Amino acid sequence: MSEATLSTRIALVGSPNCGKTALFNRLTGSRQKVANYAGVTVERKEGRFVAPSGRTFQVLDLPGAYSLDAASPDEAITRDICHGRFPGEARPDVLVCVADATNLRLHLRFVLEVRKLGQPMIVAVNMMDAARRRGITIDLHALESELGVPVVETIAVQRNGAAALIAKLDEAGRTPAPSSETPNDLHAEVRRLLAATVRMPTRTAAIDDAIDRVVLHPILGLLLLAGVMFAIFQAVFAWASPIQELVSTGVSALGGTVGDWLPDGPLRSLVVDGLFAGVGTVLEFLPQIIILFVFILLLEESGYLPRAAFLLDRLMSAAGLSGRSFIPLLSSFACAIPGIMAARSIQNPRDRLATILVAPLMTCSARLPVYTLLIGAFVPRREVAGWFNLQGLVLFALYVAGIASALLISWIMKRWRRGDGERSLLLELPSYRLPNLRDLAIGLWERAYIFLRRVSTVILALTVILWFLSSFPGAPAGATGAAIDYSFAGKIGHFIQPLFAPLGFTWEICIALLPGLAAREVAVSALGTVYALQAASDDAMASQLSAIVASQWSVATGLSLLVWYIYAPMCLSTIAVIRRETHGWRTAGFATAYLFALAYVASLVTYQVAVRVFE
Amino acid sequence: MKLCDLVVGQSGTVRTVDDHSPADAIARRLRDLGFVSGESVRLVARGPIGREPLLVQVGFTRFALRIAEAGRVRIDLSPA
Repeated sequence: MSEATLSTRIALVGSPNCGKTALFNRLTGSRQKVANYAGVTVERKEGRFVAPSGRTFQVLDLPGAYSLDAASPDEAITRDICHGRFPGEARPDVLVCVADATNLRLHLRFVLEVRKLGQPMIVAVNMMDAARRRGITIDLHALESELGVPVVETIAVQRNGAAALIAKLDEAGRTPAPSSETPNDLHAEVRRLLAATVRMPTRTAAIDDAIDRVVLHPILGLLLLAGVMFAIFQAVFAWASPIQELVSTGVSALGGTVGDWLPDGPLRSLVVDGLFAGVGTVLEFLPQIIILFVFILLLEESGYLPRAAFLLDRLMSAAGLSGRSFIPLLSSFACAIPGIMAARSIQNPRDRLATILVAPLMTCSARLPVYTLLIGAFVPRREVAGWFNLQGLVLFALYVAGIASALLISWIMKRWRRGDGERSLLLELPSYRLPNLRDLAIGLWERAYIFLRRVSTVILALTVILWFLSSFPGAPAGATGAAIDYSFAGKIGHFIQPLFAPLGFTWEICIALLPGLAAREVAVSALGTVYALQAASDDAMASQLSAIVASQWSVATGLSLLVWYIYAPMCLSTIAVIRRETHGWRTAGFATAYLFALAYVASLVTYQVAVRVFE
Repeated sequence: MKLCDLVVGQSGTVRTVDDHSPADAIARRLRDLGFVSGESVRLVARGPIGREPLLVQVGFTRFALRIAEAGRVRIDLSPA
């Protein structure tokens, strides 16, 4: 008998933002992403744990749903699994229906809807700590006898907070009597249950009202939002620089030491020009990525993101998106892939498609190294108006350019494709929450780990391949130019360079563009390797990539490449995820083509204008 | 009156949610979220542009609704 048939399969279901994923992490010891807004989890996640009795449980974490009458693709997953209709997934043995103790009026209705399925279930009343702080008392025994199914309390964010649930699961769930109530009766039943079992001094937390008066204020709120976004980009530049220089110096010094120790030859070139000049250059950007994620995680945890969506809904809807698009688009600043998947929580198909198509225009963290390199090389480090940093301002402008282009493109698509049906918002604004430092630390570690893994796998492999292509074949006897001109990479670079000549790209840039398709950071490591190999003949090897770029390229070329990367044809994994999320190549092909065309035209204009202004 | 006619800070009691089309999915979702007869609602805030969206308190939850969505909810104004 296989293990799967021996263990009990349980599924966590419940309304959005009731803490299912936090409970999942508590039960299984996994580290799935948790945050304070509806729709963090958009796909089924699986884990397992062993109860004290030795029984094994397989746990499914499902997207939150307000109703089994699904309104969006993520809710449909939950509906299908509850009904046992999800392809390749047997019906769970026990449904653990999670409800937020501070939001029972809404969440109990879903509990009743699940009870109607007539399957074994346990109700987990979660966030009991927050409920106690607000003076809410819930008579769990009364609720259990009224509902006719086991009810336990959980505090998913506390050690042992799921102990009662595990104990109850170990006894096995009881099957409740199927009921035949109509939707209207569900609400009446919730009111009756609340009156009989819950005492609640106030309907909302007073602190939420006070914060919302400022955060949602028509003028103060918008100023605050602009301030928050601006502060992030200033911080990414201003705070990261010192740490970044430290890493950079360390990498160079280590490269020098190792280089001296190795005998001259291909191996030394691979290590020094490939690994240190290439991969090492990308590593310098870790501090920036960490700082960016400190802000993104804080915003996600606090409950501010849905507020930002509230403030921007009208503006985004005028541009053919929706306030609901805000969270997927903000996630795309980290990486477009989770952003595109998060678009599953958007109900209207057209809004969802528009969000997916413009998500790659949000500056993802992989583009940060490219921007930083070029800004460092071409934009003077200067104070502006006392306390702004000019380099930070330029970075902010690049992000804004991406956002503005996204709004423009979705607006054009809105004109072009008339709407199918009415578009709705219907967005829940959760209670504010103080970010948990442990969650923050785990989130940052995960991001740092993902980045380091990318550096040590994809980026390393591509850099080694590029080093090989740039080193072989060697220069023929009696050659006059640099050896790299005669290599495979040199030939490829020279071959495609005419296509990009109107954009001011050198053949070295053309070489870097190709591996940049796999991962954008590789463009930086590729330039590092190419220039290191070129410089190998004259002893300037130790100098930093940024200095080489500044001396070898015109300002117009630098600006043109910066603009290219605002639109830059997406990385291959983004194209793949668009194909998966839209079930076909049509949208993915369209996105690739339009972004390439946009990048080409924008860079062309930038270069041609800049050449006339600066030279 | 309709939910979207409330002034910020005013409360009302839901009478019914209108279907704007046969099997109106948005009306159905509003009912699922708790906009049902007898439920009290309060307009907490309005968005900065075009007085949209509306932030509505229903039960213990707050939802952002557009005017078109809130326009489906018929209410009786509660005395201040």
